[in-house]
Amino acid sequence: MSDTSGAALHGSPETPAVDNSRRVFLTQATTGLAALGAAFAAVPFIASWSPSERARALGAPVDVDVSKLEPGQMVTLTWRKQAIYVVHRTPDMIASLAGNDGQLKDPGSKASEQPAYATNVNRAVRDQFLVVIGNCTHLGCLPKARFEKAQPELGADWPGGFFCPCHGSRFDLAGRVFQGSPASVNLRIPPYSFSNDSTLIIGKDDAVQGVA
Amino acid sequence: MGGHSSESGPARTGFMGWLNKRLPVDAFVKGSMTEYYAPKNFNIWYFFGSLALLVLVMQLITGVFLTMHYKVGEATAFDSVEYIMREVPYGWLLRYLHSTGASAFFIVVYLHMFRAMLYGSYKAPRELLWLFGMVIYLALMAEAFMGYVLPWGNMSFWGAQVIVNLFGTIPVIGPGLVEWIRGDYGIADATLNRFFSLHVVAVPLVLLLLVALHLVSLHETGSNNPDGVEIKDNKDAKGNPVDGIAFHPYYTVKDVFGVGVFLTLFCIVVFFMPTFGGIFLEKPNFEVANAMSTPDHIAPVWYFTPFYAILRAVPDQQLGALAMALSLVCLVLLPWLDRSPVRSIRYRGWMWKTALTLFVISFVMLGYLGLMPPSPLYTTLARICSVVYFAFFVLMPIYTRLDPVKPVPTRLTSDHE
Amino acid sequence: MSTRITRRRSGFSVRLLAPLLLAPMMLAPVAMAAEAEGHGGEPAHVNWQDWKANNQISDQASLQRGAANFANYCASCHSLKYLRYERMAKDLGIPDDLLRKNLLPDGAKPTDYMMVNFPKADAEAWFGKMPPDLSLITRSKGSDYVYQFLKSFYVDESTATKSNNLALPGAAMPAVLSELEGVKRAVFAEQGAVGGHGGGPVVERFEEVAAGSLSPEKYDAFVRDTVNYMSYAGEPSQLQRSALGIWVVLFLLVFTGFAWLLKREYWRDVH
Repeated sequence: MSDTSGAALHGSPETPAVDNSRRVFLTQATTGLAALGAAFAAVPFIASWSPSERARALGAPVDVDVSKLEPGQMVTLTWRKQAIYVVHRTPDMIASLAGNDGQLKDPGSKASEQPAYATNVNRAVRDQFLVVIGNCTHLGCLPKARFEKAQPELGADWPGGFFCPCHGSRFDLAGRVFQGSPASVNLRIPPYSFSNDSTLIIGKDDAVQGVA
Repeated sequence: MGGHSSESGPARTGFMGWLNKRLPVDAFVKGSMTEYYAPKNFNIWYFFGSLALLVLVMQLITGVFLTMHYKVGEATAFDSVEYIMREVPYGWLLRYLHSTGASAFFIVVYLHMFRAMLYGSYKAPRELLWLFGMVIYLALMAEAFMGYVLPWGNMSFWGAQVIVNLFGTIPVIGPGLVEWIRGDYGIADATLNRFFSLHVVAVPLVLLLLVALHLVSLHETGSNNPDGVEIKDNKDAKGNPVDGIAFHPYYTVKDVFGVGVFLTLFCIVVFFMPTFGGIFLEKPNFEVANAMSTPDHIAPVWYFTPFYAILRAVPDQQLGALAMALSLVCLVLLPWLDRSPVRSIRYRGWMWKTALTLFVISFVMLGYLGLMPPSPLYTTLARICSVVYFAFFVLMPIYTRLDPVKPVPTRLTSDHE
Repeated sequence: MSTRITRRRSGFSVRLLAPLLLAPMMLAPVAMAAEAEGHGGEPAHVNWQDWKANNQISDQASLQRGAANFANYCASCHSLKYLRYERMAKDLGIPDDLLRKNLLPDGAKPTDYMMVNFPKADAEAWFGKMPPDLSLITRSKGSDYVYQFLKSFYVDESTATKSNNLALPGAAMPAVLSELEGVKRAVFAEQGAVGGHGGGPVVERFEEVAAGSLSPEKYDAFVRDTVNYMSYAGEPSQLQRSALGIWVVLFLLVFTGFAWLLKREYWRDVH
């Protein structure tokens, strides 16, 4: 606080000097409490930006019936406003995954975001189903399915995977990013589990309780 | 550094020096706070100006955050308010802060205006200050009225219906004007949408501008005080009023205390009785707007009821609306109706004191009567109180001249509090 | 008709139709009317407009009972469209499995709002209008009103439902709680009798026509619990509001105390 005339603090013949330490203490105490109060007051405003009950309810887990999904087929659905790709991988596709390691930026999925049960080679709970968030980790476009090997614009040694049309990032059939892509991180895997042999639940696994 | 400042004292160095050459920060702080002198005898009636500013800021902030979740539109507004109350984290708190803030604004503003009446703060040279204040008051009433329509409850709808229809009483242009205001043949989606825009953007901007002008005008004349004595008439060797003290730190520190008391009372209402017995948040507004069903008893929110009572007291629709408008015009003209040579009630005679007391009683009574459903007894009382209200102003040029006033001191009498 | 509107929830069965059918049956045998009071001096009367709901929002057990009551007796016709099942369960301390077993209708998810599957055309045919949503009724009409409403159904041969209501004369709602409360007749005071609040006929007393399955005290508790729950449903955040409020006001009192000391300290300068 800037001082005014200083007369009060230093005293004069008519008015003795004030107790400066008391003044400083009270000023600091009151200012401190005010700052604390302001911080407390900010909490509701900042919290009001968190997802509301409606957003959380709409973001509840989604069931997917995979019994009708043919091998080699992919289904796209939405969960928490994001595209989720569920791919029924053929044994061929699964086998080809091990051979990609040399061309990948992060074959072991060390840097990418996935639940603990998806850090294995095939990045899945059950090998034949790939569940991945269909947002390119570069700038968020939806990568396109390019499961067939050796596609014209992707080269003769293209093992199959995803190709992002926006800036050309490429991912394999486990969502792992190829070298030379603008994206630097593998596609993200959401929490999911199987409630029975034919039903996947996206958004719910043992770690997730109810509606998160 | 370098350059030479036109201010007294050495030029500042460092960042503040750089800043002050480009923005008059130090000059502002000195001119408005540390070397701006205010009378040392401010009493409790002098808290309400700074509190009004506090409430304005609170309403702006809570309003901004409410607008993030509110969905304007006939079909969505009511539901979106319940969504805020139930599903947005702390949404209920944002809503109650804003609704209680609206009522708090008027409590503070009425007490602030009453201070001016007690101490003659509207008299020369502060007439413009009073006029800015009156325009702020009118803008505030418009802001509150439109804000009340936004939840689209049944009282929102019917309150809008009644008030907008008032404009229909204006001769010749009335009916066309009403349709133009509504944007439809009845209160409708179009009305709600434009009220939203005005309430959230236009009127707040106007209010901020008016408050700035109000403060600049105040600083030009300096504050009045409970003795009504002009402190600038007695200056010391340095040119500072002898009965004045620097606004900062003395009144900043005192206003912080006032803020503390106010916020305590305010939060008691917000957290423990936000509807305030159905006066701050009215019961019929918890039902959605229904054009086919009028609430049993339409009353405006409490802060409009004195004027509403005057409207209802007159048996003719057009004359009633005119009376209501005139009751506000009277307030505006106060600086010129009051012919007393003396500012403060402390030195006025029995005529003024009686008149002011009767005015306060009639104003409060009218406020109460405006809340109540009409009845023969209440209508008679409202008529009597309306006459007293108008008499206070209409007769003022006469009794303020005749009033036996006391001699006014040249120096402030009361000690600081 | 019965299969369309009767819904079974596991654990409880919703017997909406039963009261609808039973009520007129129970009202049919009209007991002999008592003689009107005529002994000079002012007759006693029932001040039903003074009945108070006395909500205790902090009474969680009461709210839980009220939730069950509402689910069983009201929810087939009346929605609580702003309240989600899981939110209610969380606020009332009802575990997820109990919610799903007793309070969640078939086909509903816990995150759903409490809606009603009532065909509008049927509602209008039977009652003249759709049973209103009750989310905000205690806020718009007051919990005392709702309490009075649920306790002031009486026999009235002249209406389609054979019943009427003191708090809402001409109510389209039949006396669906009469299996619990019993059936009563209202004995009105003579024309021109003065008493009670302005307007409305004065009720001298109620007379029981048929007993219900609950005693008067138990029925009263039933209604209080239900109204308590509806008051919660009107503003679920009130539980959080008062708890937080205490801390806020305490903090502000401490702050104001320091602000006062600071002011006094600086104002020693001013004479």
